[in-house]
Amino acid sequence: MKREVPLFITFFVGTLLIASVFIPPAESWGENFSVYFDIIAVFAFFLGGGNLLRIHLQKVASKRPDWGYSIVTLVAFLVMLAAGLFKLGNPGGISGNLTTAQSWFQILFQNIMSPLGSTMYALLAFFVASASYRAFRAKNRDATILLVAAFIILLGRTPFGTMLTSWIPPQYDLLQVPNLAIWIMSGPNLAGQRAIMIGIGLGIVSMSLRILLGIERTYLGDDR
Amino acid sequence: MLFRVAIAFACLFIIAGVAGQPAGDTALAVQQTIAPVTSLIATNHEYDNGTGIDLIWVPSIDDRLAPSRVTGYEVWRSVVGGSGSRIAELPAGANKFTDEQCSRESTYVYSVVAISVAGNAVSISTAPIQPAREWINLHRLNLLAIAFLVSAAVIYFIQSARSGKKLFVRKIAGLDAVDDAIGRATEMGRPILFIPGIQDMDDVQTIAAITILGRVSRVVADYDTKIKMPVSRSLVMTAARETIKASYMAAGRPDAYNDDMVSYVTDEQFGYVAAVDGIMVREKPATCFYLGAFFAESLILAETGNSVGAIQIAGTAMPAQIPFFVAACDFALIGEELFAASAYLSNEPKQLGSLKGQDVGKAVALVVIVVGTMAATIGSAWDVTFMNQLWSALKVVFQTN
Repeated sequence: MKREVPLFITFFVGTLLIASVFIPPAESWGENFSVYFDIIAVFAFFLGGGNLLRIHLQKVASKRPDWGYSIVTLVAFLVMLAAGLFKLGNPGGISGNLTTAQSWFQILFQNIMSPLGSTMYALLAFFVASASYRAFRAKNRDATILLVAAFIILLGRTPFGTMLTSWIPPQYDLLQVPNLAIWIMSGPNLAGQRAIMIGIGLGIVSMSLRILLGIERTYLGDDR
Repeated sequence: MLFRVAIAFACLFIIAGVAGQPAGDTALAVQQTIAPVTSLIATNHEYDNGTGIDLIWVPSIDDRLAPSRVTGYEVWRSVVGGSGSRIAELPAGANKFTDEQCSRESTYVYSVVAISVAGNAVSISTAPIQPAREWINLHRLNLLAIAFLVSAAVIYFIQSARSGKKLFVRKIAGLDAVDDAIGRATEMGRPILFIPGIQDMDDVQTIAAITILGRVSRVVADYDTKIKMPVSRSLVMTAARETIKASYMAAGRPDAYNDDMVSYVTDEQFGYVAAVDGIMVREKPATCFYLGAFFAESLILAETGNSVGAIQIAGTAMPAQIPFFVAACDFALIGEELFAASAYLSNEPKQLGSLKGQDVGKAVALVVIVVGTMAATIGSAWDVTFMNQLWSALKVVFQTN
């Protein structure tokens, strides 16, 4: 029964939601089920928060390596939780709006959380450079094509690229670097992306059928 | 002379009379400043739950001047026997609107007001109309047919595989490397890091990642390797624990399972990235799996993994992130390979059969693309009617939105 009931629920709800796409009176069912999912996810948050507390408290208590980071995590978690839950510093009190600028939650979010997130995001610029360096090395034919295409696109997006080939007469304007870059993006690149999207669509259909028919059960902790 | 004075007084009285009229009458007076919209027709919105009515009209003739004298339109609705209210404001040039806030039990009358600086012009009201409900969305019949075709092919090949028919499935290098990657971690005595993306269990990519986790954790349990799985969603944590626990039980080593193998970090995207990067730098995993839905964090994770010397296997169905994984990881599962991975790793005939079913869908897509491209090219270059019709027909059948 432990396996049969989830499988039945999966089949029943999955079939219902597929049918709802084609039956206008049932079109809102998908949204309704999303709301049910959100409600379950909210309850699951207690599990997540509890897990976070337990793991880091254990780490601090047993003074495992790097336990200092766990203290930072615990303090940040509890302070943010208290600020949000009790609406500390909120002019409207406990019934006030959490997004008010004076609330501790907003102050912490805007002045600590948000800059930290932006800092992590900014690292992407450096990682793009290092990954590009490795990817664009002309080791073989494929990598060379990638290198040439990337060079044209990068050049085409700069004023220098425009200046470099502006002398080409209008009847051959496709050979101007900016136009060449546009052609690569809207031609070969878009075609490749669409091919991947078609494959993804078919892959989702195939996997959904495996799950609905109970052939794929690994997600239930059952690989028989 | 007396006659002229009488005429002048009469004119003054007429002007004064108009100025003193109530608001409705004033509007009537200024209606003459611009022309109202004409031919306003209300029809039932097709294939909905009886909540929509389509309106279409010919814009005011003053809207066709350059510059237009009409600044916009207002759509007014009234329930028969009730008062009216404004339900939409539209820009100049608009000539249609769909009211999606109707009730099947009510009958409505609509009018459109053309707005201008000089004044407004009200159209003639529509005939009373009551929205109707349809039970089948015929606009999506093509989608139903395509889904049915692909599903039938998948089920056919699953049944073929069940009956013992040998099926060829092409090699996927990224998945063939899974055992080696886990073996490497075992030999080095370092953990395996499994990242299931940053979406919740309602995302099909996360489900795909959890199904792959089941296969990976089975090998991990057999090899007695350490696996670490920080997650950004509580439900994923619960599902992943159940999956790993089942794998350890299937491997006959339930005692080796530990709930701490899967830990919740945060729902916050970059907070999660910071935590995972920290784990990588401190614990230096030998193997990293990034499977699921990723966004901007894909490259940050993959480059950090690369910097600690981990062998990396990634897979996602997010087209924008695939290039980053291809550039930074040792193996990348591209799009559909993520969804095929679990079936491929299971090596069960019935699961592999479902992969063959996908190929039928690809074959249909291939034929339609080739025929459609040829029809569009020949049709437009030589103006061949049949080719243009074929091109239009293909667009109608395969356009799904």
